Amino acid sequence: MKNLISERVADFLKNYPPFNIMDKKLLEDLSQQVTIIYKEKGSPVFSFGEEAHPSFYVVHKGAIELNNPILKSVTDYCDEGDIFGLRPLIAKEDYKLEARAYEESILYAIPIAVFRPISESNQRVSNFLTESFASNTRNPYNQTRKLERSGISTTLNAQGNLVIDDFQPIRYSKKLVSCGPKTTIQKAAAIMTKHRIGSVLICKNELPIGIVTDKDLRNKVVTGDFPITSSVRNIMSSPVITYPEKITIAQAQMAMMKNDISHLILTKDGTTNSGPVGIISKNDIMVSLGDNPSVIVKAIKRAKKIKQVKELRKSIMMLLNGYLEQNLPMALTSKIISELNDTCIKQVIAISLERMKVPPPVNFAWLALGSQGRGEQLLHTDQDNALVFEDVAEDQLPATTEYFLELSSMVTKGLNKIGYEYCPADMMASNPKWCLSLQEWKNKISYWIINPGPNEVLMSSIFFDYSLAYGHPDLMNELSDFIFSSVKKYPIFLVHIANGALQSPSPSGFFRSFLVEQDGQHKDFFDLKNRALRPLIDAARVLVLSHSIKGISNTWERYEKLAELEPNNQELYLACSYATKALLKFKTKQGLLHHDSGRYIELESLTKEEKMKLKRTFKAIKEIQDLISIRFKVSNILG
Amino acid sequence: MGIFNRSAKYPDYWKEYVALFRQSLPTEFDQLTFVVLDTETTGFDRTNDRILSIGALKLKGNRIQVDDMLEMYITQEAFNKESVPIHGILRNSKQDCISEEEAIPRFLKYVENHIIVAHHAGFDMGMINNALKRIGLPKLKNICLDTGVLFKKTLIKSYLVQPKDHYSLDDLAEKFSISKKDRHTALGDAYITGIAFLKILSKLKEKRALSLKNLK
Repeated sequence: MKNLISERVADFLKNYPPFNIMDKKLLEDLSQQVTIIYKEKGSPVFSFGEEAHPSFYVVHKGAIELNNPILKSVTDYCDEGDIFGLRPLIAKEDYKLEARAYEESILYAIPIAVFRPISESNQRVSNFLTESFASNTRNPYNQTRKLERSGISTTLNAQGNLVIDDFQPIRYSKKLVSCGPKTTIQKAAAIMTKHRIGSVLICKNELPIGIVTDKDLRNKVVTGDFPITSSVRNIMSSPVITYPEKITIAQAQMAMMKNDISHLILTKDGTTNSGPVGIISKNDIMVSLGDNPSVIVKAIKRAKKIKQVKELRKSIMMLLNGYLEQNLPMALTSKIISELNDTCIKQVIAISLERMKVPPPVNFAWLALGSQGRGEQLLHTDQDNALVFEDVAEDQLPATTEYFLELSSMVTKGLNKIGYEYCPADMMASNPKWCLSLQEWKNKISYWIINPGPNEVLMSSIFFDYSLAYGHPDLMNELSDFIFSSVKKYPIFLVHIANGALQSPSPSGFFRSFLVEQDGQHKDFFDLKNRALRPLIDAARVLVLSHSIKGISNTWERYEKLAELEPNNQELYLACSYATKALLKFKTKQGLLHHDSGRYIELESLTKEEKMKLKRTFKAIKEIQDLISIRFKVSNILG
Repeated sequence: MGIFNRSAKYPDYWKEYVALFRQSLPTEFDQLTFVVLDTETTGFDRTNDRILSIGALKLKGNRIQVDDMLEMYITQEAFNKESVPIHGILRNSKQDCISEEEAIPRFLKYVENHIIVAHHAGFDMGMINNALKRIGLPKLKNICLDTGVLFKKTLIKSYLVQPKDHYSLDDLAEKFSISKKDRHTALGDAYITGIAFLKILSKLKEKRALSLKNLK
């Protein structure tokens, strides 16, 4: 029976192929048979070798990752409106790919029994499905993507939108420079120099018959094989390799590799029997393929919409995956990834600022807190942030606060859209308690430092790892100076925060065995974050505060700085720096493997060597905790 | 006594409904069926106002079957003009309306002994129970969960978080980024409530394994 929800389903489906070419009545009937399925992030839709489901799927909200668990390669991402899981419709076999919710998703399951008669009676529908299926992904040509291993390829399409995939049509130069076959070599070279190009097309009756490149001049003329007065016909490469206009980057790359050439000629029908319309050089491809971070940064900065930033974050994840696979140093990896993540955040703020009706009334600084502030956030985690703005006259304060709150809620919403979960404890600039003027922040921080209860210690431990994400550095510096001078005045605060740093549960038991969680969803898992990373992070914070070290929020950099300042403890500090990096790498790898934050680790799945590695870091944890406990005389307040 | 006399008078559909409760519910959480419902009413007065429409859908193991939904519009005797702008339901408008007496058996047949989920469920349950009372029937026997209450359980305790007393369905849709396209239609609200309920469950699951006992 038709109902409101089935109408909504039909409204959605009608925008996407193959449903857009279906008869309206048929689509309505089909929509009534749909099952709506909610998938939590990371949960599988079907797994490799699983028996065929009675339906195929359309993504309504979210994104699904299709991957091949044997090749360990991601085949495709399916976004809103994409179809997947077509195998049971076309071949009566088990699934050959694994489908997993890349984000929290809502799917429409289309029952095959109902759909099959429709596709059989409509040639266009069945053609589309067969094509989608034959290419193994939703989009034909996508297979070539596997060629790019860890790299990513990005292109800008005509609208300036960035597309990760390299099956995008390539940009090529449409201004063709050509000459006839009887032109002298000297004249051809003059033409190339005049137009600053590396090749000239040789045409006869407006059809391409050959091409002369810099290489031909070098190999065939400069060597003395042909005089410069000879005609270009003698040295041109012929026949030319031609392709149709709509060539993709991947195809162009393949064609060049296959033929060992550096230029491709595009013609109207793709053969030498029609006129040339463009030329692609190897250099064009290099520009189109953005397999380095600077290209992504450029693309992020060009993004006009939050959605584009979201797309780019996917390529950041692919980059990260590649770096970890290549085993690049963790400090470098995290630096690059944090930089990219920062750029995303900056862009989200910039986009939000543009959407505000008026520019900000005063200067402000957007602070990243917690792991993001420390530059240790590699996988998506919660957003922790705060906003500080310049002091204003008292009567201006409510209006100013209101402005920044509005901005903040737009930014946090945008960040949520690109993959940062809302902070469950509401530690976000959109919270009125976390969006304050400089003076208000100072008051708040004084209060924390003077009255260090458990809440205050917790708040400051999160807040004091801030770094500037956007806006005015002066505001942040003033805040830092204020914190240090207040801590100097109330040294007892350090004892409390040191005590807080010792509260993390111990990583190992009496016999050096791992301590695992006792209950909850992660029962029998090892909590890497709480038991191993947190003690190191907390200890670094206390020590840095006691030394008034400004501007370093990253944990291992803090330890490196401490090693510099206290040569007698150098060895321990460097061990802590190393342990932090090792643990973070561990967490990131586990996270990528299990599609989560990597915080909880299944010990069974670790190799002996990995376990040893983990345990080695525990020694540093124990020692740094001892050092803090003695230095800040924590026992005095406990006793 | 009177009770026995009265129960003898109950119509067959009520007896069938009651009989279902002799069966115990599945013990596996995934196997439980939830009936997510919403009622649109002429107002907020439980005795004087009436149900305009009931929308409900079934949810089992994170799945919603589109062809197994309930959407009923109820003929109004007393017509409250003020609530029309909210719901857009005009008395006896295009929608096929049925009388309250017809709607109740259909509703009971649909909800069976499943667990009812609604946003601020107390209100919807009250409206339905009053409708039952008008035709001489006792109250609903179903277990009932309130997404308004459940949502509060997902909030963590922190001194920065000051939970509101009430979270509207709009608040939930906002927090969980659910489209509010069909807000203020019974089935549309039921759908939003259903999706919100699933998202709440996935949040609660992080803390402890789901069981009906923990949710109540």
